[in-house]
Amino acid sequence: MEAKHLIGLEHLSIEDTAEIIDTGFIFRDILERPIKRIPTLTGKNILNLFFENSTRTKISFELAEKRLSADVTNFSASSSSVKKGESLKDTIQNIHSMKMDCVVMRHPVPGSCYQLTNYVDSVVVNAGDGTHEHPTQALLDMMSIKEKFGKIKGLNVGIVGDILHSRVALSNIFGLLKLGAKVRVCGPPHLIQRNIQELGVSVTYDVDELIEWADVVNVLRIQRERMGVGIIPSVREYRDFFGITRARLKNHKKEIVIMHPGPINRGVEIDSAVADCDQAIILNQVLNGVAVRMSVLYLLLGNNELEK
Amino acid sequence: MNKNIILDSQNVENIITRISHEIVEKNYDMDDLCIVGIRSRGDMISERIVKKINKINNCNLKSGYIDVTFYRDDFMSNLGSHKIGPSNINFDVNNQNVILIDDVLYTGRTIKAAMDEIFSYGRPGSIELGVVIDRGHRELPIKANYIGKNIPTSKKENVHVNIKEVDGSDGVVLIK
Repeated sequence: MEAKHLIGLEHLSIEDTAEIIDTGFIFRDILERPIKRIPTLTGKNILNLFFENSTRTKISFELAEKRLSADVTNFSASSSSVKKGESLKDTIQNIHSMKMDCVVMRHPVPGSCYQLTNYVDSVVVNAGDGTHEHPTQALLDMMSIKEKFGKIKGLNVGIVGDILHSRVALSNIFGLLKLGAKVRVCGPPHLIQRNIQELGVSVTYDVDELIEWADVVNVLRIQRERMGVGIIPSVREYRDFFGITRARLKNHKKEIVIMHPGPINRGVEIDSAVADCDQAIILNQVLNGVAVRMSVLYLLLGNNELEK
Repeated sequence: MNKNIILDSQNVENIITRISHEIVEKNYDMDDLCIVGIRSRGDMISERIVKKINKINNCNLKSGYIDVTFYRDDFMSNLGSHKIGPSNINFDVNNQNVILIDDVLYTGRTIKAAMDEIFSYGRPGSIELGVVIDRGHRELPIKANYIGKNIPTSKKENVHVNIKEVDGSDGVVLIK
């Protein structure tokens, strides 16, 4: 692996992207064993630096780290000196003095992970930076697609929801296009970037058209905090126009694969019946999430050592 | 670089046949026996041994292969084995007599890693080791139970076991 950090998929090479996903499958096998821990990263210190709430991503990273036998330190902004007014740079430099090998960071400001690489020698892994990127989510999505179809190239992947505010969507777009899939985004017009076609994706405002076209639909969470502030008028209206419902899927002959990065708002962007049906690979995504994060940490921390 | 062919394809074939017979001779209960090859090359050698034992004894031995990269203590400095592959053990190793198969026994670190990995699948009854070449220079207290040939080497030399499936033909080469 060439990259030193995982900041986003935009600038990650095709080879590195494919290597992370392929190595992920090897870790997936290890997760099926009775003893799921391997000694590979023994003695490495990894810091999980979460300035934003997260359950799934944080647990997933923590599990991945522990299964690689790394030493894990957790930091969450709500219980730290950030509350006392400490700047990001100071927090990081303090932590850096504690000699961390790797920092996994989630931060509300886009670009903060890139900025972090200027202050520390450690390997930096982006666990979501504002509306910019969430690379490990996209990698696990792509791994799940590859698991289901055996390939990514040539597939039609739809992404439906709030594209504008979604780092998951952006990382997925970069990654999927890189590996040769076609991507079409769908959502309310004011929640899709005006020039998003320039990235190489197509746009539709009709979810039925998307379902007809796609092999896979990745359903994004509608963030309830955005409801009623003039962005989405109501939950019911959103469901009527963009919700993935049983009835909608039944109208199409082709059986498509449904993905969701979680947490699910049942009855809003996706129906309960759809989320629980065989077409949905949502829980597979969660398992692949641990595997792909093990892969990222293994490849980055292994690499780091090779160069010294 | 100076290449010396130490063993030709017939020698390698004879070694694999002999090791297969030795295993049969020593292990009477084939139900509790399983053969695990260490990637890469050990897996192919073990596959051949399994075929031979199945033929000799008219049985169906359990077998699998492992990639020990994740369990190595030196994986970060070991550039050569950075490209990892899957492991495949699709049987219960608990209380089984496991025979590990590798091409060359050198420092013993690969074998230690392989034993660690076997233990992640369960608690075997015993573990034995079979190798085509033992070249000495052990760094750990590890010893092979089945040895094709002892070849005294210096640390500057390198021993390669070539296998038909990947290298085109069988043979053992000493590189100075």
